[in-house]
Amino acid sequence: MDLTFTPEELAFREKARQFFRTEIPQAIRDKVAEGRHLSREDIVTAHRIMNAHGWAVPHWPREWGGQDWSPVQIYFYQDEMQQACVPPPLPFNVNMVGPVIAAFGNEAQKNYFLPKIANIDIWFCQGFSEPGAGSDLASLRTSAKRVNGYYVVNGQKTWTTLAQYADWIFCLVRTDPSAKKQEGISFLLIDMKTPGITVRPIQTIDGGREINEVFFDEVKVPVENLVGEENKGWDYAKFLLSNERTGIARVGISKERIRRIKQLAAVERVGDSPLIEDRRFREKLAAVEIELKALEMTQLRIVAAERNRPKGKPDPASSILKIKGSEIQQATTELLMDVVGPYVLPYREEREDGWNEPPIGPDYAAAAAPTYFNWRKISIYGGSNEIQRNILAKAILGL
Amino acid sequence: MDFEFTEEQRLLKETVDRFTAAEYDFEQRNQYAKERGGWSPAVWRRFAELGLLGLPFSESHGGFGRGPVELMIVMEAFGRALVLEPYFSTIVLGGSALRRALSPDLQAALIPQVVAGEMILGFAWMERQSRYNHADVKTTAKKDGAGWRLSGEKTLVLHGDSADKLIVTARVSGAQRDRKGIGVFLVDAKAEGVERRGYPTQDGLRAAEIAFNNVRLEDIDLIAAPEQGDAFVERMIDEAMAALCAEAVGVMSVMQETTVEYLKTRQQFGRPIGQFQALQHRAVDMLIALEQARSMAMFATMMVEEENATERRRAMCAAKAQIGRSGRKIGEEAIQLHGGIGMTMEYKVGHYFKRMTMLDRQFGDAEFHIAALADMGGLISA
Repeated sequence: MDLTFTPEELAFREKARQFFRTEIPQAIRDKVAEGRHLSREDIVTAHRIMNAHGWAVPHWPREWGGQDWSPVQIYFYQDEMQQACVPPPLPFNVNMVGPVIAAFGNEAQKNYFLPKIANIDIWFCQGFSEPGAGSDLASLRTSAKRVNGYYVVNGQKTWTTLAQYADWIFCLVRTDPSAKKQEGISFLLIDMKTPGITVRPIQTIDGGREINEVFFDEVKVPVENLVGEENKGWDYAKFLLSNERTGIARVGISKERIRRIKQLAAVERVGDSPLIEDRRFREKLAAVEIELKALEMTQLRIVAAERNRPKGKPDPASSILKIKGSEIQQATTELLMDVVGPYVLPYREEREDGWNEPPIGPDYAAAAAPTYFNWRKISIYGGSNEIQRNILAKAILGL
Repeated sequence: MDFEFTEEQRLLKETVDRFTAAEYDFEQRNQYAKERGGWSPAVWRRFAELGLLGLPFSESHGGFGRGPVELMIVMEAFGRALVLEPYFSTIVLGGSALRRALSPDLQAALIPQVVAGEMILGFAWMERQSRYNHADVKTTAKKDGAGWRLSGEKTLVLHGDSADKLIVTARVSGAQRDRKGIGVFLVDAKAEGVERRGYPTQDGLRAAEIAFNNVRLEDIDLIAAPEQGDAFVERMIDEAMAALCAEAVGVMSVMQETTVEYLKTRQQFGRPIGQFQALQHRAVDMLIALEQARSMAMFATMMVEEENATERRRAMCAAKAQIGRSGRKIGEEAIQLHGGIGMTMEYKVGHYFKRMTMLDRQFGDAEFHIAALADMGGLISA
């Protein structure tokens, strides 16, 4: 038992640190650090730099650009990316639809889609949730009827993140309404330009416009856009949701945020002394740091145990990472508001081209409240923390 | 990075687990507790036979030269069994002191006796006013010809009533809370002028109040000189904290497992209560608290030999704080989810809860260590 990494692993970490901090434009990383809005172009730019370096899809099969990294290398890659405030390669592309196509798609689909997904030449969004199908995803009702070489899709998806930027959407649709609810679902790829698709933005409580409703009205989708077998979509969805579980704790993001909190708390003054010298504030922060260190160690334990697990079988313990990781990330947003104090108050509409008003109060104050509001989503998406607890109760405790 | 045990470590774990399963169940423990001193000399002899008393000592002194991972394995198993014997005070604390004692002659004379199970040690450092500050020392040691004279009162000395020798901190120079000027002495518990009053603790162990009235010591009894005393004691406490974290993980894991078992078997409203989601989620939160604690106990074990004292102390504070918080949550939830039975002396879970609560109070509780870590600037540098 020891905590030391091999010289090769440490050299890899250094390489990752250098790459993320020198190759990804500072302006993009500043936006992430400051909690500002990223444009489509920012996300595409960072993604393509990583792909040109072979680092957008390291966890994919080797023939499609994967790197065959060890779990430790994947861990350093994510940790350094997060600490450098680099926006990750588009998760819908690289963690969701890409691995599904690589595992279950036909040759034509792999050849057409995978290189474009890896290079974000096609931007995918995720069509899973519906107004009546959230945690109970399998109760989804968007239908696809097969007529003359097409699926005709009708229904509605919701919470579709960045659908406004997307070229394509991958959808779970009901192809057999008479089957048991998990058994009549298929996995379809749909071009967003197809007639009959309407995207309506939903504004979130922070004022942001990252999620949408997507309506399908008699949308004709060629049958060759079916991934895998008809009515087997639920299996592919489970595969998709179980991918990339160790990065879910986002320890690097919380580390970086705590650093930022400390820097700002050294500048903000309470009376004659910096906030960082206030005992209650420091102790609150230290308590979060301790939980974060414990989470990092828990993550390393799960990463280390991955060597002994069959590939593609995620450790159910990774649900711990999701729960604890989201709680800690949310705690850091609370602390950042504590740093800013009264200047969380002013509300300003954020546009693609920046703020529409001159700043009120310190420039670092503006994003504190929106980030706090926005990050409430972390414990809801990707299987809410309550669903994660159900998983742990069943899979680990046997209840 | 590696979280696995070596083959030898696995064997050690099997040995200890087999021993506690066969010779240290809840009923047997209750019997041992009734013996004089509150623990079993026969069990102590078994520890010696199994080689557990020699783990952290060098082979030249009859030990096995093992490190923190081995102590972690033993302490976790002892936590699981709620072991009453003075292993922590003699082998962890005493071991830490004797391994680094000034006089090789003293080491050569004493360590073989400890390894053979013939000597019990106690660490007398706390005083009525000191709380968790080891540098707050009123007890004095004054030079007296070729030796010393020790006077003062120590409190809450774990297994102080059973100890043959006491490791005592005493002020040689400086003011009451100066970090400089603290000597560490080895004192015969039966020496003239030593008065002991033993008593039971909440968790079924024993402690003592000890007064030293002008006790005569020789130069060889000085195990850490005043110039090094503070760092010497700090290191003892760091090693103690790492071991306590491991013990606490053992205690917590039994509470967590016992509670899950209970949820599966206890029937109400016509079904096992573990089918109720409200209880499932609380059981999961206990699991998460346990895994976070286990992670930090491992972190403490891997950091305890760090030579940079500040880095080492940061890690120990963080670990002990996590242990305290996780332990309180798991303990309180274990009692609540058991309902009435958890409140009874005859059922085991309450004894684990009590042990956990007392472990949090040893060498600083969670709030103390959070404050200490905050004073050191936390774990992440800005």
